[in-house]
Amino acid sequence: MSAAWFVVRRLTRDRSALLGLLLIAALVLAALLAPVLATHPDDVFELHPAERLRPPGGPHWLGTDRMGADVYSRLLFGARITILIGVIAVGASLLVGVPIGLVAGYHHGWLSDALMRVSDVFLAVPQVVLAIAIAQTLGPSLPNVILALSATYWPWFARVVYAETRSLQKEVFVESTAALGASPWRLTVLHVLPNIASPIIVRASIGMGFTILTAAALGFLGLGPPPPTPEWGRTIAESREFLPDAWWYAAAPGVAIFLTVMGFNLLGDGLRDVLDPRLRRGRGAR
Amino acid sequence: MRLLALALHRLLWFVPTLLGLLVVTFVISRVIPADPVALVAGETATPAQVEELRRQLGYDRALPVQFGEYAWRLVRGDMGTSIFTRRPIVEDLAHRLPATIELTVVAMVVSVLVGIPLGVFSALWRNSVLDHALRVVTVSGLAIASFWLGIMLQLLFAMRLGWTPLNGRLQGFPPSPITGFYLVDAALTADWRTLGAALTHLALPAATLAFPALATLVRFTRAGVLDVMQSNFVLYQRAMGLPRTLIVWKYMLRSALTSTVTQIGLLFGILLAGAVVTEAVFDWPGIGTYAVNSILRSDYNAVMGFTVWAGAVFIVVNLLVDVAQTLVDPRERPSN
Repeated sequence: MSAAWFVVRRLTRDRSALLGLLLIAALVLAALLAPVLATHPDDVFELHPAERLRPPGGPHWLGTDRMGADVYSRLLFGARITILIGVIAVGASLLVGVPIGLVAGYHHGWLSDALMRVSDVFLAVPQVVLAIAIAQTLGPSLPNVILALSATYWPWFARVVYAETRSLQKEVFVESTAALGASPWRLTVLHVLPNIASPIIVRASIGMGFTILTAAALGFLGLGPPPPTPEWGRTIAESREFLPDAWWYAAAPGVAIFLTVMGFNLLGDGLRDVLDPRLRRGRGAR
Repeated sequence: MRLLALALHRLLWFVPTLLGLLVVTFVISRVIPADPVALVAGETATPAQVEELRRQLGYDRALPVQFGEYAWRLVRGDMGTSIFTRRPIVEDLAHRLPATIELTVVAMVVSVLVGIPLGVFSALWRNSVLDHALRVVTVSGLAIASFWLGIMLQLLFAMRLGWTPLNGRLQGFPPSPITGFYLVDAALTADWRTLGAALTHLALPAATLAFPALATLVRFTRAGVLDVMQSNFVLYQRAMGLPRTLIVWKYMLRSALTSTVTQIGLLFGILLAGAVVTEAVFDWPGIGTYAVNSILRSDYNAVMGFTVWAGAVFIVVNLLVDVAQTLVDPRERPSN
C-alpha cells in the first residue's frame, strides 16, 4: 500500500502524468455515474424524431444526433463500453502474455523458442489488420471486439516479460534463490514476477490507450457492438452523412477518444519515469 | 562476406515468419468460424448449395491437407476470387496498389522532411516554447483517432473552406498511365493541371496519415539528438572550434538518426499495410478502401486476401529495415 501511495505521490508531482491521472479519473467517473450525470439518461435507447440534429445549447449542451438523442448523455454511456473493452482486453492479454513470457524467459530450449516465435508472428502483422480479420470472422459484437483485441495484444506482454525475465536471470538474488532449492514455479511467481512488475504496468497503461484506439477504429468500420450501443467509433461513422451541418455530432466522440487515449499515454510515460529510476536518470542527463 | 551471410540469415528467418502468418490467417478463416463454407457462400445459399461448395473448395478434407493446399495456392499468388468484383483478389489488389503506394510515400516524405528538423530544433532548444509546443504535437499525434482527424480535416478544409476536394484521387480523367502514380505520370506528360489537382486531392489524406508518423519521428529524433549532444565526440568537436551548424547538421545528425531511420522503415510498413481507415475516410481508391468495402459487403475471401497482403508487406519491410540497420550501423555487425 505504501509503495502504491509513493508512486501516486510521485506521479502527481509530474504535471503531464497528473493530467493523465485526472483524465482517466474523469473517464472512470463518467462511466460509473453515467445515469446520474446524463441529462437525458433514457436517450441511449429512446427515439425523439422531433428533436433530431439540434445544435448544442439549451437542454442539449452537446446537441442531439440523428435519432434525436442527447449526444452528451450517449457519450457518458459510451465511456462504459470504452472502459469495458480496454480493461477486459488488456486484462486478458496480461493473463495470456505474462505466463507465456515467464515460461519462455525462464526455460531455455525448444519450448521457449516456440513460444517466442508464435508471439513474433503476431507482432509481425499490424494489430488493426489482424483485429479486423478476427472481428470480421466472428461477426460484429462487443465480446468479439474484446476477443479480437486480446488475441492481437498479448504478444506485447509476452515480449516484455520474456526480455525482463531473461535479464533478471543473471542477478545474484535469482541465482541464490534457485540454489536454496526454490522450485521454478516458486522462483518465477514469488521472486521474478514482483521484480518485473514495473515494465508490465507501464506496458498495460500504454496498451489501454492503444487498445481503445483500435477498438474505436473497429467500431468505425462497423465491426464493433451493433447499434443502438453508444460506442464512440460507431457514433463518428453514423455522424458522417450529416456533415458539415451537424459538426458537434462528429466532433464530440472524437474528442472523448482523444482525451481518453491521451490520459493513458501520459500516465504510461509518467509511470515509466517513476517506476524505472534507470530510465529517469537517463532522461535527466539528456 | 560476413555481412552477406548475416543478411542471408535474416532472409531465412523470413520464411518461417511468413509461414506463421499463413497459419494465423488459416486458423482465422477456416478453424475459428463454425462453418467457414457458409461464410463464403453467403446468407442466401441453401444447405445443398453449401455442401456442393464445400466439396468444390475442398473444405471437406482434413485440416492439414487443407492447409497445404491453402499455402500452396498463396505461394502461387492465388488468393481466390472476390465475391463482389468477381475478379481474382490478387488482380484487385495489384490494380489498387499504386494509389496506396503514392499516398504512403507522400505522407512519409512529408513526415520525414518536417519531423526530423523539428525534432532537432526541439532538442537544441530544449524547454523552449517550440519544445513545449512540439510536445503537445507528439502527445496528440499518438492519441488521436486517425479516422476522426481525417473527418475533421474534411469538415474544415473541404466542406467549410472549400480549399481541397472532399475525397477521391482525382476528378475527371487520370493522366495517361505510365507508372500508375498520378503525380509521376502527370509530371512526365507535363500535364500541370492534373498534377495540381492530384496534389490537392492528396493533401488531406496525406496529412492525416503523416500526423502520427510525424509525432513518432519528432520524438525519436529529439531523443537521439539529446543523447548525442552529451557524447565525447561532440564535446571534442566543440573544443576544436568547429562551426556549430557543421557539428549539428553533419556529425550529430548522422549518429543521432540511427534509431529514427529504423522508425522510418517501421512506420512505412505500418502505413503501407494499415492505412485502412484513413483510405476509407477519403474514399481513396487504394487497398485500404478495398479492404473496408470488402468488410461491408462481407466479401470474406477479399478480407483474408488483404490480411495476408498486409502481413506479408509488413514482414518484408521489417526484414529490409533489419538488413539495412546491419549494413549501416557498425555496432550491429557480427564481431570477430
